[in-house]
Amino acid sequence: MNFQIPDLTPMRPELIMTALALLVMLVDLFVRKKEVMAVLSMAGVAIVGISLIGSQGETFGTMFISDGYSTFFKLIFFINVILSILISIKYISIERANFGEYYSLILFSTIGMMIMASAGDLIVLYLGLELMALSTYILAGFIRHDIKSNEAALKYFLLGAFSSGFLLYGISLVYGLTGTTDLKAIATFIHERGLYDNPALLLSIAFLVVAFGFKIAAAPFHMWAPDVYEGAPTSITAFMSVGPKAAGFAVIGRVFLVAFASVKVDWVTILVPISILTMAVGNIVALSQTNIKRMLAYSSVAHAGYALLGIIAANNEGLASMMNYLMIYAFMNLGAFAVIIMLRSEGFKGDSINDYEGLSKTHPWAAALMLIFMFSLTGIPPTAGFIGKLYIFMAAINAGYTWLVIIAVIFSAISAYFYLRIVMYMYMRDPKVSVQLTTSFPQGVVLAVTTAAVLIIGVFPTALVEFAKAAVKGF
Amino acid sequence: MEPQVIMNHLSYPILSVLIFLPMLGALLILITRRSWELLAKSIALITSIATFILSIPLFTEFDKTTHRMQFAERHSWIPNWNINYFIGVDGISILLVLLSTLTAILCVLISWESITKKVKEFYIAILLTTSFMIGVFCSLDFFLFYLFWEAMLIPMFLIIGVWGGPNRVYAAIKFFLYTLVGSVLMLVGIIVLYLYSGKTFNILDLMTRTYPFSMQLWLFWAFFAAFAVKVPMWPVHTWLPDAHTEAPTAGSVILAAILIKMGAYGFLRFSLPLFPEAAKAMTPVMLTLSVVAIIYGAVICLAQTDLKRLIAYSSVSHMGFVTLGIFALNTQGVEGGILQMINHGVVTGALFLSVGIVYDRTHTRKIADYGGLATVMPVYASFFMVFTLAAIGLPATNGFVGEFLILLGGFTKSKLAGVLASTGIIIGAGYMLWLYQRIFFMEVNPKVSGLPDMNVREALSLIPLLILVLWIGVYPNAFLSYLHVSVSHLLERVSSAGMQEAAAAKAIMEVIR
Repeated sequence: MNFQIPDLTPMRPELIMTALALLVMLVDLFVRKKEVMAVLSMAGVAIVGISLIGSQGETFGTMFISDGYSTFFKLIFFINVILSILISIKYISIERANFGEYYSLILFSTIGMMIMASAGDLIVLYLGLELMALSTYILAGFIRHDIKSNEAALKYFLLGAFSSGFLLYGISLVYGLTGTTDLKAIATFIHERGLYDNPALLLSIAFLVVAFGFKIAAAPFHMWAPDVYEGAPTSITAFMSVGPKAAGFAVIGRVFLVAFASVKVDWVTILVPISILTMAVGNIVALSQTNIKRMLAYSSVAHAGYALLGIIAANNEGLASMMNYLMIYAFMNLGAFAVIIMLRSEGFKGDSINDYEGLSKTHPWAAALMLIFMFSLTGIPPTAGFIGKLYIFMAAINAGYTWLVIIAVIFSAISAYFYLRIVMYMYMRDPKVSVQLTTSFPQGVVLAVTTAAVLIIGVFPTALVEFAKAAVKGF
Repeated sequence: MEPQVIMNHLSYPILSVLIFLPMLGALLILITRRSWELLAKSIALITSIATFILSIPLFTEFDKTTHRMQFAERHSWIPNWNINYFIGVDGISILLVLLSTLTAILCVLISWESITKKVKEFYIAILLTTSFMIGVFCSLDFFLFYLFWEAMLIPMFLIIGVWGGPNRVYAAIKFFLYTLVGSVLMLVGIIVLYLYSGKTFNILDLMTRTYPFSMQLWLFWAFFAAFAVKVPMWPVHTWLPDAHTEAPTAGSVILAAILIKMGAYGFLRFSLPLFPEAAKAMTPVMLTLSVVAIIYGAVICLAQTDLKRLIAYSSVSHMGFVTLGIFALNTQGVEGGILQMINHGVVTGALFLSVGIVYDRTHTRKIADYGGLATVMPVYASFFMVFTLAAIGLPATNGFVGEFLILLGGFTKSKLAGVLASTGIIIGAGYMLWLYQRIFFMEVNPKVSGLPDMNVREALSLIPLLILVLWIGVYPNAFLSYLHVSVSHLLERVSSAGMQEAAAAKAIMEVIR
């Protein structure tokens, strides 16, 4: 028996993160002040972030890959988790859901995402995906005394389990065809045996598209999103709208561009109509929403549609533009949620669009920040949202999808209406209810960071774009 | 550096200062106390006056003997996409820059007392708009241009929507969506150009290349979508009456004087030199649309009961003249078109300012609510008379010179278009004089009796425009001289397009023979 411990360096961040999550869980038993857990988690994530440096490599054969691509996504996850925790601290005590598990579950979910970004093997991918999903199911239902939150969790769980079924079915078909779950080995097998028109392979690709489409909330697999976004605690909605979506895109990028590189034509043919439908459903249905969380749920569906263009371009430039987009989306969306969460105060829900009437009069700063995020989500320069879209469109046009980009820009013009509606309510109507803002120092930090990021990336995108480009080099 | 540009030789980077000074003023206002409204207003006034004064060297130091871009500045900005901060002006844009800096002062002056809510935000929005407008006219990099072009929508949307009339929200959203749809199609066009030309956003560089005809055609329409909405050309003009009417006075002035000029400027700066063959091929379509706009706008004016709406529709008609001149594609037409852009900015801006002056007193825009104002406000009436006559195009006012040149160009290009456009002038005289009669003559309407005449501040906001009306009217060459070289260079570029291919084909035939 010759057992050798594989090189653990590439997994170092995940290992530290796991230890951190367990530690948070443990400390929770002894400490009454739950804020300690928040601080501990954030400090831990910072350490994990540092441990990313020099962790590049492959381990467990090629099952686990730490490269530029995964590093970029992990950075999105860290930003997501830290900003989400910051906006949670005050909020979950208002919701009377201030339990220590909250923080360890967020961390566990993030570990799942990290594993997904690094997965070089379908089984590892599945492990990460389930870890992420199970933790978020619980988080969605974290306000136990709220029936909507319970509904959200149950719905998310049932549909999530269903999509996991599709994923497993897809994986098993691939395994049956190629005899391996290793992404690179699958690619080699398909290429050598010329399995290009194999119906079983196409079926398995379709299954994988369904499963991943569910995670990124692409239409027609988006049905869960509005209810879950509305019911879940707002901080978790923010967390969910960025993290799992980015993780979903990370695996789509790796699976389709590595394992199925030689059957590009097939999966692009499936993804093109899906992206059009996603943009259409997201942008059009968002027009009629009256709840801001639901509206942002549909907006997040729409944004998945834009980001899919980067995948459809099916080259490194496309991937880089998609990653760049997700990073920018993380900032602007978390910023928007940071404003939304401030409207929630004791005895006031503050998630109806009507609650924003006249906000510029009562709270000019909050209104001004929301204005910036709304214009950024629309994609109006000089905000980061414009840079994100521009890069995606450039990549897609460069790959020959000019007509698809024309559809995308028209939908993005339509989207202006519902984002502007918020601005219109804030600036052009008189306040009807007196809205009390819940402010706190961590909240201020989030708003400062996200606003700065949205404006700075909007005018000086060089560093981020360069980083995204470097991350996909040699992918 | 490049042969097409002359770098800035003044002691300060003049164009950058013009772009960023108003922005700086806006930032300053942002950090003032909300209750110190006078301070906010003063900062806005000082900033806009300073901007105007600093822009005067453009007028005096401009080299009229060259078509090259002047006062140019160039800095690397986003190197990985080959984007530069590249600005400069030539004969086509210089007058528009000056008009923008002048308009900013007038807007601040006219809003001094009429804006009472969210004062701080209002002046921030005005200054930001000024900044972005100047940026649009100076940009020589497509990315920079698009950035300013789109960014302008944000403050303008707020100006209409927050400080406008009763139906302001509808007007603001309509304005935003119309222009956005047009602009995003242009964005696709810009990206296509960028990729086709080996990744450059440099406008001057892009102009030296030739593009296949089918591509030119597609791109021409993509850019048309953006520019036609802004001009606005018939049939995409419907946002304009609403936006003009509902916007506060300063907003209407900015819209009329500058914003809708951006569309016509876009045709001149981009559509013609980038897609010359497509532009030539599309001339009949563009002339038709222009003539329809001229007549349609004028006829609609006759039926208006709302003062601002009438002037708004007259803008549709007048901008029809501008596009007619541009697409006549000859020297008179294009020069007339550019001059008419300035004229229309001056005259319509002045008319909106004038309407704002009575609106502040009466808070009604209905023509029927006025009458006999000439006896109540005699000074005001004489100012209004001059602007009315300029709008009609009476000789010795600026309107005459512009329209005359355009018609000259129009006749040369197509007799029919020229004849039809002339009827627009006749109807124009009709609705403007009738308007003047209904407002200033006849019996004094009790609603307006006893109104105070203009005060010094209001007169100050009109006098510069009055001077321009007469100056351009009597001695147009003071302004036309800026255009000559740039326009002839532009037309050379347009007319020589397609020649090279023809010449090459001829050469090949020679060889074969």
